[in-house]
Amino acid sequence: MVTSSLIVTEGLTKRFGPVTAVSDLTVGIGAGVVGLIGANGAGKSTLIKILLGLLPATDGQATVLDLDVASDGGAIRERVGYMPEHDCLPPDVTATDFVVHMARMSGLPATAARERTADILRHVGLYEERYRAIGGYSTGMRQRVKLGQALVHDPQLVFLDEPTNGLDPAGRDDMLGLIARINSDFGISVLVTSHLLGELERVCDHIVVIDGGQLLRASSTEDVTAVSQVVVVEVDEPADELAALLQADGLTVRVVGRLLEVELGDDSAYDVVRDTVVRAGLGLIRMERRRHRMAEIFATAGGAR
Amino acid sequence: MSTPTPTTGVIHDIGYRHFDGERRGRSYIRRSLYIDSLKGAYGLGRSARYKVMPMILLALMCLPAGVIVAITAVTNGDELVGDYTSYILNLQLVVLIFLASQAPATVSRDLRFGVMSLYFSRPLERVDYVAAKYAAMVSALFVLTVAPLTIMFAGALVVGLSITEQIPDYLRAMAGAGLLSLNLGGIGLAIAAVTPRRGFAVAAIIAVLLVLAGVQGVLQELAIAEGFDGAPYFGLLSPFTLVQGLQSSLLGAASPLPSPPGATGALVFSAAALLVIASSLVVLLLRYRSVSVT
Repeated sequence: MVTSSLIVTEGLTKRFGPVTAVSDLTVGIGAGVVGLIGANGAGKSTLIKILLGLLPATDGQATVLDLDVASDGGAIRERVGYMPEHDCLPPDVTATDFVVHMARMSGLPATAARERTADILRHVGLYEERYRAIGGYSTGMRQRVKLGQALVHDPQLVFLDEPTNGLDPAGRDDMLGLIARINSDFGISVLVTSHLLGELERVCDHIVVIDGGQLLRASSTEDVTAVSQVVVVEVDEPADELAALLQADGLTVRVVGRLLEVELGDDSAYDVVRDTVVRAGLGLIRMERRRHRMAEIFATAGGAR
Repeated sequence: MSTPTPTTGVIHDIGYRHFDGERRGRSYIRRSLYIDSLKGAYGLGRSARYKVMPMILLALMCLPAGVIVAITAVTNGDELVGDYTSYILNLQLVVLIFLASQAPATVSRDLRFGVMSLYFSRPLERVDYVAAKYAAMVSALFVLTVAPLTIMFAGALVVGLSITEQIPDYLRAMAGAGLLSLNLGGIGLAIAAVTPRRGFAVAAIIAVLLVLAGVQGVLQELAIAEGFDGAPYFGLLSPFTLVQGLQSSLLGAASPLPSPPGATGALVFSAAALLVIASSLVVLLLRYRSVSVT
């Protein structure tokens, strides 16, 4: 459960003319790593801009770190870091010079700006290359600079907008690892957006799913990915034969490729599966409880609407 | 208990350190942006190739002043062979090229590469950004224009000319340099801010100011040749001659151009200068109000 909320919105609505980007959003977001998930255009970036106090809400209210977004934007932006989704780095300066400048732009005195820049660039994994002009950097390095400038002033909370965009699989893993460390090692809470469900499962404590500006679900990642009432069975022969036998025994069964998904009424279903496999003379390769996947949120929520 | 002794050097990860120091407010941030932008206009804090252009222009601007002092020294004359108050007008092309190359570097780059998102997600407000950048551009131009005047002044004193004879025109020219910087800085930034592509901005600034200077020159020559009474008012067409007119009508400086007549002339030229500065700032503020954070 969320104990203390860093971000609270109440009936938050933002309309751009006829388009409603955020619709009556009421949610509390606590400390830790929180994933804000939604398709492109679901209202994630609009929500972040409202929370930074850069975009006035049409209706409703929101607080960040107990500060009102409508009146205390400056104070919020002093204590929050922001990593935009899009490119935001000038090519003609070194990463060090740029991050020092950005630290000063957050109000850090010159000496502290230099010290913290050296620290934070090391933490995000930029070493010798930090003395080279950013123009020559790879996408992965640029993402690190963007992350570094969002953390250099030691914020309490950091907004990361699609930080894994454009990265290759190895780069994605590195970035997700860094995001987990921001919270566990640096003690900074993270609100990270993504349009990909799967990748946030690994690092988020909580997820907030929005679609069309509306809240679909807000819960802990554990709840979402809890074990389901389905057992996956794999045997060494095509599954059709076993499916027919199990259905005859009164179980609900679905064939998914080479696998069988068996609804688990009570624990006796395990015995039925075992006995039936033995009777049919099949080799049982595996039998395991399936976990829910985040993707199901959209399937069930979409069906419920 | 024993720990394995590392055979090579080890980097100790001292972990993340929080910042407990004082966070400074908007005025500190505005000042820092001003200082970094002023340095940036001369390529300081950027790689060597960004220093070449502004430094060459600064040298070009100062070279004639050095020559004037040298000739005065050699000929042992009792006054400088050049005027303080028409010096910048004569070298307006150098000032124009400096503005065209450095105004885009001061603002277009931030717009073009999306850096505005990072500025505006910080405590800084839009008006702070505009104020800091305008002040930086004006200061960069002031340094460029005042440096040669100061070389002439210092040179004049070194070769033994009377300080009381030198000071009035030196101060008049300094005031003129300040007024010119305020006007040109506004025009340059306003053009650069609405043309985010650096190349276009450079071309646009050169084109606008060269065309204005050309039109001004031709029309004023014609008016003088035709004996037209309003000839001095053609000085309003270009910022360089506008400031020249202010210098002669308000401050009583000698000028190669016809001086705006009396109080009316002074008033018209002052109003024009204020209008240029105010409208540039309005353009800049409107431009930055529409910049959204992405």
